[in-house]
Amino acid sequence: MMGNEKKKINLTIDGIQVEAHEGEMVLEAARRAGIDIPTLCYHPAVGPIGSCRVCVVEIENGRGLPASCVTPVREGMVVRTNTEAVREARRTVVELILASHPQDCLQCERNGKCELQELAMRLGIRESRFHREKEHRESDTSSVALVRDPEKCILCGRCVKMCSETQTVGALGFAYRGTDALVTPMFERGLAESKCVSCGQCAKICPVGAIHEKEEWQKVADMISDPDLHVVVQVAPAVRAAIGEEFGIPAGTPVTGKLATALKRLGFDAVFDTQFTADLTIMEEGTELLERMKTKGPLPLVTSCSPGWIRYAETFHPEFIPNISSCKSPQQMMGAVIKTYYADKAGIDPDKIASISVMPCTAKKFECARPEMNGSGRRDVDVVLTTRELARMIRQAGIRFEELPDGEFDAPLGISTGAATIFGVTGGVMEAALRTVYEIVMKKPLGKVEFLQVRGMDGIKEATIDLGGTKVRVAVAHGLSNASKLLKHIKETGETYHFIEVMACPGGCIMGGGQPRSVDSDIAVKRAAALYTEDRSMEMRKSHENPAVARLYEEFLQKPGSDIAHKLLHTTYESVDEAAAASRKEAM
Amino acid sequence: MASSVEAKRSKLESKGGECKCHGKLPDDRFAKLHDIIEEHKDERGSLIPVLHEAQQLFGCLPEDVQKQVAKGLDVPESEVYGVATFYSLFSLKPKGRWIVNVCLGTACYVKGAADCLEALKKELGVDLGGTSKDGLFTLQGVRCVGACALAPVVVIDDTVYAKVKPEDIKRILAEHVEANAKEAHAS
Repeated sequence: MMGNEKKKINLTIDGIQVEAHEGEMVLEAARRAGIDIPTLCYHPAVGPIGSCRVCVVEIENGRGLPASCVTPVREGMVVRTNTEAVREARRTVVELILASHPQDCLQCERNGKCELQELAMRLGIRESRFHREKEHRESDTSSVALVRDPEKCILCGRCVKMCSETQTVGALGFAYRGTDALVTPMFERGLAESKCVSCGQCAKICPVGAIHEKEEWQKVADMISDPDLHVVVQVAPAVRAAIGEEFGIPAGTPVTGKLATALKRLGFDAVFDTQFTADLTIMEEGTELLERMKTKGPLPLVTSCSPGWIRYAETFHPEFIPNISSCKSPQQMMGAVIKTYYADKAGIDPDKIASISVMPCTAKKFECARPEMNGSGRRDVDVVLTTRELARMIRQAGIRFEELPDGEFDAPLGISTGAATIFGVTGGVMEAALRTVYEIVMKKPLGKVEFLQVRGMDGIKEATIDLGGTKVRVAVAHGLSNASKLLKHIKETGETYHFIEVMACPGGCIMGGGQPRSVDSDIAVKRAAALYTEDRSMEMRKSHENPAVARLYEEFLQKPGSDIAHKLLHTTYESVDEAAAASRKEAM
Repeated sequence: MASSVEAKRSKLESKGGECKCHGKLPDDRFAKLHDIIEEHKDERGSLIPVLHEAQQLFGCLPEDVQKQVAKGLDVPESEVYGVATFYSLFSLKPKGRWIVNVCLGTACYVKGAADCLEALKKELGVDLGGTSKDGLFTLQGVRCVGACALAPVVVIDDTVYAKVKPEDIKRILAEHVEANAKEAHAS
C-alpha cells in the first residue's frame, strides 16, 4: 500500500541488515527484523509517545541513548539494542518507575497481566535502589463503568493520547508537572463529571492497573449462588471473537461453542445470545430506515448500538440526535425481552430474574444504568460484565476453557443468524441491515450475501447500493475521531447519506474497552476474521430469516415498529448540555 | 473601585484549586473573555495567550473561565486544565493584591533567605503559594532574581527589598501597604 511508494532505507540493527522505509521508526524496523526491543509507553493503537525511555538503543556516532520508538531510520544507520549501556539504562528507567509505583501487585486487578510487571521480570530487576514517598491519591470510583487509580499511574500518556486523539473526547489530560504531574479529568474531578463517554479505550491500553472497568463479577457469582434468583445471561457477538485469548487460544479463533458451555457450567439458569436481539435490531432499524426514506426524514439514519457513540453524540454533537435510530441496542432489547416475553413464557416473576450481560464494552455498564432502560417496568439489564471479567469468573470457577466441548445457547433467545454475528465488527451492522433491507425492498434473494465495501479497517467507509433504482448511500465510521470527522463533513458539505453506522471503538466491538488487552498490531484484523468465518459457517445469514425472531413478533411484538415494540425496544436521547441546564433549573 | 473589588475578592473562599468568584461579581468580564477568545480563535497555539489575557482579566483562572476557553477554542477541558496547572505563571486561585517573591537562589539562600521565608510565612499566616486572609499578599518563592549582591532579596511586585533580615519582615510589609494604599485609593 502506502509503504511501496516510500523510499527504501537500509540500516544495520544488532549486525542484521534491515530494510525499512522512510519515516519508519527504529523500533518498528527492529521488531520486523525479529528484535523485540522492550517498550512500555509504546502501544500500536496510539503509536509512539516517547515518554518512558524504556526502548532506548545505541546508535553509532550518535549522542546519548535515543528512544527507538521516536527515532526515524536513516540510511546506513548502525543500531545496537542489547549493549551493557542500553541494558543498564533500561533497568534504571524501570527502577525509577517502580520507585513511585505501589508494590501491592498481589491485590492488583492486573496481577499477572501487567506490562510493568512483565518488563521488570524481563529486565531482571532484583533490587530497588530508589525510594520515594509518594503522596497518596484516592481512586476515582465516580463512573459506573470505569475506575481510575491515579496512584498506580506511571504517566506513560497512552490513555491521554487515546482519549484526546483517537476518540476526540479529551476527558483525560496531564496536569501539573515534575513530581506533581498526574493524569486526570479537568479540575481533578471524577470521571462521572467529565465528558467521558465510558468507551473504556483507556482501560484497554493502560499498561498497569491505573484504569480498569468497575468490577462486578464477584457480585454475579453471588447472584448465581442465590437460590431465589433466576439468573439469565446474554453474550455479545464480539466476546466469542476474543475471550479465547484469555486462555491462550490463538487470536482469531472463534470459541462460540466453548463460551456457551462455560456459561452453563458457571451455573447460569439460561444462556442467551445477544445475537438474537441483533437480528431483532435489524428488523426494527431496517423498518425505521425504510420508513424514514419514504417520509423523507430525518436522514441520514444513524445506528444506535454503541453506547459510547450515543454518549459522544449527546455530549459533542447533539444536533445529530434526531438522526440517531430510536432502536435500543441489542443488549437493552434483550434485557426488555427477557423480563417480559421470556418471563411470561417461562412462568417466572420478572422481579426474580437477574439479567446479566457479557459485553466487549465498558460503556454498556453505563448504558444499562440509564434511567430510561426499564422497558419491562424495572431495570432491564441488572449487571454488565466485560469479556475480561467473564474470563476471571471462568478461571475462578476452575473451568479449563480451552478444553471445553462445544455447547449451544438456549432457545429461543439463543437462536441467531450470521448477520448478527458480524455486528461485532465495524461495518457489520451496516452489512446486516443491507442484507435484510435489500431483500425486503427487492422481494428477491441476494445473489451475494457479502457487502465487502463496508468491511475492513479504514476509518471511514462509503458505499452506494442500488435498490431497484433507488441509490442508497451509506457510510461507516469507527473510532470517535472518525465519527466526528464524518459528521463535520456532512455539516460542512451537506453531502447526503441515507444510513450511517458508527461504532465508538476503533475496529468496532471486537476492539471494545472490555476486551482482552493486547499489544498485537494485527489484533483487530484477527478478531474480525473470527466473526466473518463464523458468519460464513452459519446456515442462516440474514436477520429476517431468524425463525425465533419471527415467532417473537407473532406471539408478542406483533410487527416491527408496532406500539409494543416501540415501548420495549425503542428509546430517546438527550443533549448532555440541555439535560444539565434542565436539572440546574429544577434545583433552583 | 479597585479596593471594593479586592475587598469582595478577599472574602471569596477558594477550595481545592477551585475558584468560586464567578457569578458573584457584577461585571461583564465573561463578555470580554468572549471577545478575547474570538480574537485569537483562528491562530495556532492560541491557548496560552488566551489564558494569559483571561488571567489578567480575572486575576486567576477559575473553572468557568477555563470551561469557556475550552469551548471557545474547541480544545478539551482537560487540556486547558493541563496548561493552566503546568505553568507557574497561571494561577487557579485568586492572588493577593501584591505578590511577595522571596528569592531562594543559592546566594540568597546562604545569606539566610530560608529564615526570611519562615518569617513571612508566620507574618502572613500562609504557606508558599498561599494568600493572606486579608487578600493583600500572596507568598511565592522564586529562584535567582539576579541581584545576588543584595542578598537576601525579597521582591514585592516591582519593589526590591535588599539585605533583608527576618526581623525586618513586619516593617517591610507595613511599609509596603502604607506606600501603596494611596495608589489603591487613587485608582
